[in-house]
Formats: sequence, C-alpha cells, structure tokens
Amino acid sequence: MVDAALFTTVQTGFQRRKIMALAVPVLIAAYLVYAAITFDLVGVASRARMDNARVLLSDFWSYKVHVTRDNRSGAITSAIDGDNRYAFTPDWVTTAGDVTTVDLGGGTVATYDAGGASLVVPDYGTIDIRASNGKLTLTAPEPLPEWISASDTRIGVTTPAGRFNYTKSKVETFRYFAGWELFFFTFDSPFYGKSAGDLLGLALWEPRIAPDQSNLSLMAGDVWNNRLWHHGEVVWALFETVLMAFLGTFCAALIALPLGFIAASNMMPVRALRFAMRRLFDFIRGVDALIWTIVLSRAFGPGPMTGALAILMTDTGAFGKTFSEALENIDEKQVEGIRSTGANALQRARFGVIPQVMPVLLSQVLYSFESNTRSATVIGAIVGGGIGLLLTQAIQTQKDWEDVCYYLILIVAMVMAMDWASGLIRRKLIKG
Amino acid sequence: MVDIAFGPEPGPRPDLSDRNQSYLLMVRQKRLYGTVLLVLFLVLLAAGFRQAQDRNAGGFLEGLPMLGAFPSEVLAEAWANRANLPGLAWHFLPSLIETLNIAAVATLLGGIGAAFLALISTRGLSPFPALTGVFRRIMDAMRALPDVVIALVLIFILGGGPIPAVIAIALHTSGALGKLFSEVAENADLKPVEGLTSTGATWGQRIWLGIIPQVAPNWASYGLMRFEINVRASAILGFVGQGGIGHDLKLAMQWGQGRYDEVVAIFLILFLTIVIIDRFSDRVRTRLTKGASHG
Repeated sequence: MVDAALFTTVQTGFQRRKIMALAVPVLIAAYLVYAAITFDLVGVASRARMDNARVLLSDFWSYKVHVTRDNRSGAITSAIDGDNRYAFTPDWVTTAGDVTTVDLGGGTVATYDAGGASLVVPDYGTIDIRASNGKLTLTAPEPLPEWISASDTRIGVTTPAGRFNYTKSKVETFRYFAGWELFFFTFDSPFYGKSAGDLLGLALWEPRIAPDQSNLSLMAGDVWNNRLWHHGEVVWALFETVLMAFLGTFCAALIALPLGFIAASNMMPVRALRFAMRRLFDFIRGVDALIWTIVLSRAFGPGPMTGALAILMTDTGAFGKTFSEALENIDEKQVEGIRSTGANALQRARFGVIPQVMPVLLSQVLYSFESNTRSATVIGAIVGGGIGLLLTQAIQTQKDWEDVCYYLILIVAMVMAMDWASGLIRRKLIKG
Repeated sequence: MVDIAFGPEPGPRPDLSDRNQSYLLMVRQKRLYGTVLLVLFLVLLAAGFRQAQDRNAGGFLEGLPMLGAFPSEVLAEAWANRANLPGLAWHFLPSLIETLNIAAVATLLGGIGAAFLALISTRGLSPFPALTGVFRRIMDAMRALPDVVIALVLIFILGGGPIPAVIAIALHTSGALGKLFSEVAENADLKPVEGLTSTGATWGQRIWLGIIPQVAPNWASYGLMRFEINVRASAILGFVGQGGIGHDLKLAMQWGQGRYDEVVAIFLILFLTIVIIDRFSDRVRTRLTKGASHG
C-alpha cells in the first residue's frame, strides 16, 4: 500500500530538487556571461600583449646579454641585461675593424658593419639592413614572416636563438642564457665564475685571498652585498614582513584578551559595556583594513611600524569577537569550583577560565599569524615596507622580471614555512 | 611476576607525607617556566616594535597625536559639503558594483576550481590517488601567492581593467577554498559512493550524486565566507592596481583637500556594503550549517 499523499509529496520534492539542480548551474552560467560582457572579456583578450607574456616568462628563468653598437660613435658594448656596470667581452662576439660578428649559436649569426647590419637565420636566409639618410632599408626573402617587424625607423627580428633590433641610434642583439647570472658573485668578486668544487676548496683549505679575512667570510660578504641581486636587502625585507605580521598579530591578541572578557556575556555583568564593546569590534572589523592602513600611514608615515599597527587594528576586532565567543562557550563547572574556594574575579579568570580557553585562543592566533604573513606583503606594498615594497617596485619597472620571480619564490617559501610551523605548533597545542 | 609482586626486599615506599610539598614544587616550577616564557615573549615584542619604529618614517609617540588629525580634517570637509554626499554616493555606485562583480566572479570561478582541486586531492575520492600530494602542494603554492602580486604581473600582459583582478583573486581563492573543501570532503560518508559504484556509475556520476549533496551546504558556507574576504581584497586590489572602488578612493586621496567629500562618500558606501554582506552571509551560513546538522 502506497500512501497517495506521501507519494505526491515525494514526487514534488524530487521535482523541486531536479529543477534546483538544473537552475543553479544555469544561473551561475548566466551570471558569468553577464560578467564577461561587462568586463569586456573579448576586448581584453584581443588587446592582450602576448609578446609581453613571452618576455616575462623568458626573463623569469633566463638572462640575456645585450650586444649593442652605438650607431653614432660606433662603440660596441656587451653587457648583462644591458646594464653597463656588468659589461664584459664574451667569446661569441668578435670585432675586426669595423665589422663585429655576434654568433647566436645554431647557425644564427648577426654581423654589424659600417653601413648597417645583417642577420643570417638558418632555414630562412639573410636579412640585410642598410641605413641611409636616416631611413632603414630591409632586404630579406619575401614574403616577410610575422617574426620580423619592419618600419622606416625600427626593424625587429625575433628568432629562437635571440632577438635583434635595429634603430637609427643603435643596433642591439639579445642572446638568452638559462639561469640567473651573477646570482651569487658579481664580476668584481674574486669568486666569480668558479665551480662549486673550487669554491668549497677555497672556503676550506686554500690560502686566503684577502689577508685580513677568511675566504668563507669574504665569500659570504660578497654574496650578501651582491649589487645586482641585493641579497642582504631582500633578507632584511623578508624579516621586516614577518616582523610586521608578528607584532601586529600578537599585540592584537594581547589587547583583545581583556576586551574579550568585557564582551563575553558570562564574564561581564554590565550589559551596556558589553554592548558597547561588541559594537566597537564590529566597527573595527567593518572598516576595511585598507582604510585603517591609509589613516595610520597618514599619522605615522610609511614604514613597517605603520604596517604592524594596521594589522594590529584589524586583528583586534577579529580577535575580540572570536575570543569573546570562545569565553562564552567555556565549561562553568571549573569556574564554580574555583569560586567555592573564595577566589575573586581575577583569580577565577586566571585559574578557571584561561586554562580552558588557552589552546583554542593560541591556535586561532597562530592561524592568523600565518595568514597575516601573507597580508603583510600586501600591506607592505601600501605602507612601503618589507618584501611587498621591493616586489611592487620591481613590477613597476616592467623589466626586472627575474627579480619578481626571485621575490615570488621567496614569498611562497616564507608563507609555506609559516604554514608548516604554525600547523606543527597547533597540533602540539591540541594534543596537550 | 611473582618476584615483582612479592619481591624479597621491598624498596623504600614513597613518603606520602611530603606529597603536598612535591606537588607545590612542581606547580612552582611550572609557573616559573610560564613566567619566564611570558617575559621573554614580551621582551621580544618590545624589541621588535623598537626595530620596526627605527625603520619607520615617523615614530609612534610623535604620530599618536596626529592619529585623529587626518580623519577629522576629512570629516570636517565632508561635513561642510554634506549636501553632496548622496549625489557622490550615487556617482560611485557603478565602481562599487564593479568591485562586487569582481569579487563574485572570482569567488565563483575560484570555487569551481577549488571543488575540482579538492576532489582530486582527497584520498578515497581522487581518480589519481598517487598524485594527491602533488595537488596539495599546488594548492599550497596558490594560497601562498598574494593576489595583488598576481594582479600586478597580469596588468603587464592584459592591460588594466577588472580581468587581471578577477584572475588573481580566483587563483588565490582556488587554493584557499580547495584546502577547506577537501577537509569537508574527507569527512563525507563514502557509502553512497560505494552504492553508486556497484551500479556502474562513472567517476563524475559518483561525485555528482554521491558526494556533492553531502558537502554542498558546508561548501556553500565556506564559499560565502570567502566572498566576504574577496570583497575586501577586491577593494584593496583596486587601490594598488586598477579598477573598482579602490581605484576611485586612491584618486580622491591623492587629490587631497577639496575631494575629501568623495573620500567619505566612497568610504561610507564601502563600509555599508561590507557590513550588509557580513550580516547576510552570517545569517545564510548559520542556516546552511544548522540545516546540515539536522540531516
């Protein structure tokens, strides 16, 4: 016997579920289409600079050597990333009189001569450029492929072996090499270009290079003061970021603990005070971290302390709320036991409440310390401190992408280390 | 056994009379450790604060009286031009909607990505059980990357506008939600999945019919919580990068005096929106999780 009423209820229930299961994805899809239209997805996709993406990605893992001829003076320079402080003479560039030959490897050869330059590309032919009366003339096998861009004033060629640019003022060839050059030692260091084995020998038993200093400390000093990569400054910046998060989180916890007692309904008998404290927490949390950062940086100027105070401010609100909730959920029996011995309110809090809530509170604080390390990077970009500042500066130059990659790796490593450490401590706390 | 129980020479028995003494000693020792740790921690805090202040442009004590100066200056000007405020709030409404749209789209896309990442990185559900560790590390890395940085790098490729912000927040959201989602999925009952497997259901059908109905309320609740966070992130992204209400706020701030009424108008609508969203999501989340616990 099937109850007819039950049957219809179940039937309509299933019907409603079916419609829901269909309607939710359709609604989401409709919203995404609307968003794609308002955000002008098609326009952005068509304007996307894929060449920029290629430059960025190749800069991430490689460096380039610029071989530049100044067309007015005829001077030839080869330098890492075009930085004249790091000029050197590579063995793949040969100069004989007016003619300079740049061997890019794999059969691709660029030749700078008196009246212009030419580039031999395997499987394609010779690209020849003559400059006369301030106009550039290009001779190359027709039809021109898309990797050659040519105008009267500038000719650019991109080949797998490297890039080549000819303008009225200069000719440039870029040859790419994998890795980050000069990462440990710059040219002015005596350790430049040595293999790992040689360095180990130098550090451990070979005679001193500088008489007043051991080789190991000289080595460490050269790496620390590397003028291209600024390892010392970067480490300081990382430290500053962690410092901001540390100060902000733990000071906020110290401030929020007594305030949490005031806001907890089982601790604070005065209703008005409780209410006021809760609204204060709501206000602090409601005003965005962004606003606090702006207001604080107006008062204290840019720097890591401002960042720490901004984190302190937002976290006080968040902790105040969670702490007071944790305090409201305690077991009253322990407090009663302490009360029966004649303890006053402070003693009851110290011996009846704190031991109960401490693991919960500490684990919350550690969790937000970990997430604040990440926010400190962003806040650092606004207040001008820590690794966030270095990172935004490197991005804004739009050419130091290898620095950006380096900083990103460091940030990810830092956050993961924090994640791991705080997880470890929290597990210890919960186990007891 | 017998030897231990009835040994010939019973050792000295613990003296019960100084039990109190040794207990107090232990307590005292424990308290001493606690105090030393606390003092060390406070010294560390103070030293760190000093260090931070040395590297700051302005000191703490000099800055403290100035704390109210900027807000009061802004508020005074806004109060003088208070008649403009409703009009300005209306004027900035499109930017606010853009900020909200960025957050919503990023939460949706990130949530969808997180669901996939969570399912393939949960042991017992993943179609590639050997690779769960790899997917977990990928999520960790996605979570660790600050969204502002991804957005700034993407601006170089895609130009300005909301799309870089959406991609950046969505990537971060996938990592953050993926971890929470997979924790929920780990606790899901596998019996429905077994039942479905016995009928010959594919992986997609097992997940869609066996797992999703179980985890949907908790996932939706986490998603809403993430939406709150993303609204704030999207405002900050506008301030550092481009697009949305954050960018307007930055422009008005940089202009300085004369446009403080705009600052206040933006601030007010942002504050109201955040409070409303918090309240709304709080309510919906309680309903979602309470409903789930009733079955």
